[in-house]
Amino acid sequence: MLPLSGERLDAKGIISEKSNSADVIRGSSTLKRGFAHMLKNGVVMDVTNVEQAQIAEEAGAVSVMVLDKLPSDVRKAGGVARTASIRIIEEIMDSVTIPVMAKCRIGHVNEALVLQETDVDMIDESEVLTPADELRHIWKWDMTTPVVNGARSLAEALRRIEEGAAMIRTKGEPGTGNVAEAITHIKKVNDELRTIKSMYDSGDNQDLVRMAREFKVSYDIVEQTAKLGRLPVVNFAAGGIATPADAAYLMSLGCDGVFVGSGIFAADDAAERARAIVLATTFWDETDKVKEAQKMIDERQSMLGLDVKTLELRMQDRGGSA
Amino acid sequence: MSAKIGILAIQGDVIENVSSLVASIADLNQDATVHVVKTPEEISEMDGLVIPGGESTTIGQMSLVNGALKEVKQKVESGMPVLGICAGMVLLANNASDKVIGETKQPLFDFLDIKLERNSFGRQKQSFEADISMDSIGISNYPGIFIRAPAISSAGDVEVLAKFNEKIVAIKKGNIIGTSFHPELTDDLAVHKYFVNLVKESKN
Repeated sequence: MLPLSGERLDAKGIISEKSNSADVIRGSSTLKRGFAHMLKNGVVMDVTNVEQAQIAEEAGAVSVMVLDKLPSDVRKAGGVARTASIRIIEEIMDSVTIPVMAKCRIGHVNEALVLQETDVDMIDESEVLTPADELRHIWKWDMTTPVVNGARSLAEALRRIEEGAAMIRTKGEPGTGNVAEAITHIKKVNDELRTIKSMYDSGDNQDLVRMAREFKVSYDIVEQTAKLGRLPVVNFAAGGIATPADAAYLMSLGCDGVFVGSGIFAADDAAERARAIVLATTFWDETDKVKEAQKMIDERQSMLGLDVKTLELRMQDRGGSA
Repeated sequence: MSAKIGILAIQGDVIENVSSLVASIADLNQDATVHVVKTPEEISEMDGLVIPGGESTTIGQMSLVNGALKEVKQKVESGMPVLGICAGMVLLANNASDKVIGETKQPLFDFLDIKLERNSFGRQKQSFEADISMDSIGISNYPGIFIRAPAISSAGDVEVLAKFNEKIVAIKKGNIIGTSFHPELTDDLAVHKYFVNLVKESKN
């Protein structure tokens, strides 16, 4: 059963209509969050064309994310990164059976509406692209299509959920092939969840209020999340995952699944690596299977990767203060 | 004797089915336990199995990798009750075709000779909630949650439990049940309760 804390019943995204003999509802929280639940224990892969999307589907990806450039290429190219070409998104939608996601810029309401009109299955309001609004994210309750947001902490995650995010992922540091930041982010979220859960369990409402003020969110969502002891929406890992062992480690930290960006198609053994990462995500708790997956890839073909400390562009900071 | 009900935990919404089954068993006051199963050995000990919602291509391919597919096939063919939800129902069929792409060559459990269409109602934006009635098994006004749902275009000798807009959305053949919609995402336990009772009956 779906926890629906933070639901807004008056959202414009909820559409009631009649279909033949029955009343139907579209765009509700149950449907948007429910979609994310179907991705659990799966791998979402970044792709830039039909060929890569088909490799991803063949490898067992639960969904593909369409970008104009892989995050590592966005770093190299510089300039303004925007949503992918609609023509390419549509080509990919017509060539795979799994759900298709696409990224829009943080706060860019009309890029999101265009993607919704294109009929993509989920929209990622992503720090990989150049933010269109440094102060605000999109008000996602008014969207019929579910939206996923990145977060580095429980505060960021709850702020995004209050804006209507149907799913959360860690930000990590995209395009680096370096998993360290994603690990830091999920551990921080887990730590903070444990803290508010213990406040809830001991009936310490005064401290929950204090947390709500610190997080800049409503008391209601803090209380309900504390009661659940987990985020009220599905929570994936993302940002810097490059190997099967990376994916397995993040699963072991309690992530519901993983997004792999540059890690697959910036490597020289993409098809084999895609299969290996799915295998390691599915069987993350069986070390022999993770080893088997790790053996399928060749470290000499992994993307070179970047040290996070020397980066000029920290994508994770984008939209972080909002 | 206590019955063991498993949820195939390859990919998809496993925990949601665990809580629905645990609540159903408590409500019915039945002697049964719920298990998250993945390996052929774990599956072999079950008296009933739920194949959850998720991506049918992923669940099919990964069950092929660890031998779960073969074990499930053997158990169901020897009479173990199975409930396939959404992707789980796709996997019950002997063929699947996508509304846009056409025939897919994905691995399937191949129990039912039916014609099945994936993403039959369209993409995520067309996902919907609507009331469903399955009168022949005594469930009416059930809150159906359809997410990129499949439908059956031709049921052959399989019993049709429910239709929505002329499309077949729930089926039954012996101990095999399939639904296009997601009972595990609602508070209504009717479908899970029906399945628990079916497992208990087949065990006795």
